[in-house]
Amino acid sequence: MSEEKPPPGGPAVTQTGQYDIRRFRVYRYKRGNGGERFDEYEVPVGPHTTVLDALRWIKQHEDPSLSLRFSCLHASCGTCGVQVDGREELACVCAVQDHGPQITVEPLANLPVLTDLVVEMNGFFARFPHEHPIIRSSGSPAEDENGEVHLEGGHEVTLDLPSAVPLHHHPLHHHHRAAPPAVDFVRLEDCIECGLCLSACPVAATSHDYVGPAALAAAERLLEEPRGVRRDDVLAWASRPEGVWRCHVGLECTRACPAEAIPAERIMALRRELMFGGPDDEEDRQ
Amino acid sequence: MSATDELPGTAEREQTGPIRHKGPGPSESGWVDPRGRGHGGRALALHRITGLVIVLYLYLHLGVLSMLLIGSSAWSSFLSVVTAKSFLAFEVVLIAAVLFHGLNGIRVALVGSGIAVPRERALFWAVAAIGAVAVTFAALHILGALS
Repeated sequence: MSEEKPPPGGPAVTQTGQYDIRRFRVYRYKRGNGGERFDEYEVPVGPHTTVLDALRWIKQHEDPSLSLRFSCLHASCGTCGVQVDGREELACVCAVQDHGPQITVEPLANLPVLTDLVVEMNGFFARFPHEHPIIRSSGSPAEDENGEVHLEGGHEVTLDLPSAVPLHHHPLHHHHRAAPPAVDFVRLEDCIECGLCLSACPVAATSHDYVGPAALAAAERLLEEPRGVRRDDVLAWASRPEGVWRCHVGLECTRACPAEAIPAERIMALRRELMFGGPDDEEDRQ
Repeated sequence: MSATDELPGTAEREQTGPIRHKGPGPSESGWVDPRGRGHGGRALALHRITGLVIVLYLYLHLGVLSMLLIGSSAWSSFLSVVTAKSFLAFEVVLIAAVLFHGLNGIRVALVGSGIAVPRERALFWAVAAIGAVAVTFAALHILGALS
């Protein structure tokens, strides 16, 4: 505690006039540099200090080698997900004052650690096989030898276009010069793709082929707003053995989700459709 | 690009680090960890634990019944042990496990089929309340307070 090291997140206003000090136990792992360990840091905190503020303070004042990932600072990008005292949180909006004198920060569970608090998110996206009905191409059309433009990836469902018009019907489509093939990526509806649900899910901890709450929630979202996707395809995909039936109703995904995408409720809605839905329901929707 | 042309650190970057898991041991115990769990996660863990207890009891029960093959004297001496008050406490634990597993199973079936999702939390507390009352009654009865 010193004048040179002010607390992050605003001035300290404790009754004693001193900074409130919290002890942070932070998970550390560097590839090729020993195993996993926890390092402890004492951090002065203010009334509005977030866990991300504290971690950045540690990096700035105590240990520049601490690796963390963040971007938007307002719970929108989903990059700063960590476990705080065992609970999944976005560090940028997790108030230190809601925790005790010692705060343990770990990377998300069920995903490979790259370094310190940074996990490999490919493990999250790898849960979405390419036949997932929500998969949307990032729109890197490529021309074949006849000059026809095709989407990389196979699904024609969506693009990030002003309207939900399949690419081959879009007026810009045939005028688009083929760009070099780019890596396709997956976008999920109503989800910031932070991976907190996967980390919190007790089933994902023991079942690596479970597609996870985010993908299933995205599939259910398609039932609400199909955008040209066939309803039967969505239900067929969701009903696979590694799909909705693998969920054991722990409901931790909804509790962890910072975007209120309510994945658990959506999984249950998919199940309800699979069990009780039928041709009559489909006719009603049409 | 040949291996010798690779940028420094390319191979190292391809290595995956450890996967953090909740729970006290290997990944298979990830569901046990109560830290940061809500009532749903804790109910799931308790449901599995009580399930294991019930399966263990089943085999224990079959093993005990096999004592009848030895003869009536062995069975009688065994009964004198299991009817002691201190041993009867285990029966209360068993009843608590069976009640929780059964009642929570009804809750999971109702929620998991999408029928009672909005009432999920109320169902959980109903399970807890009914179970607590039933276990209390059973404990008083088994331990002789009601006889």
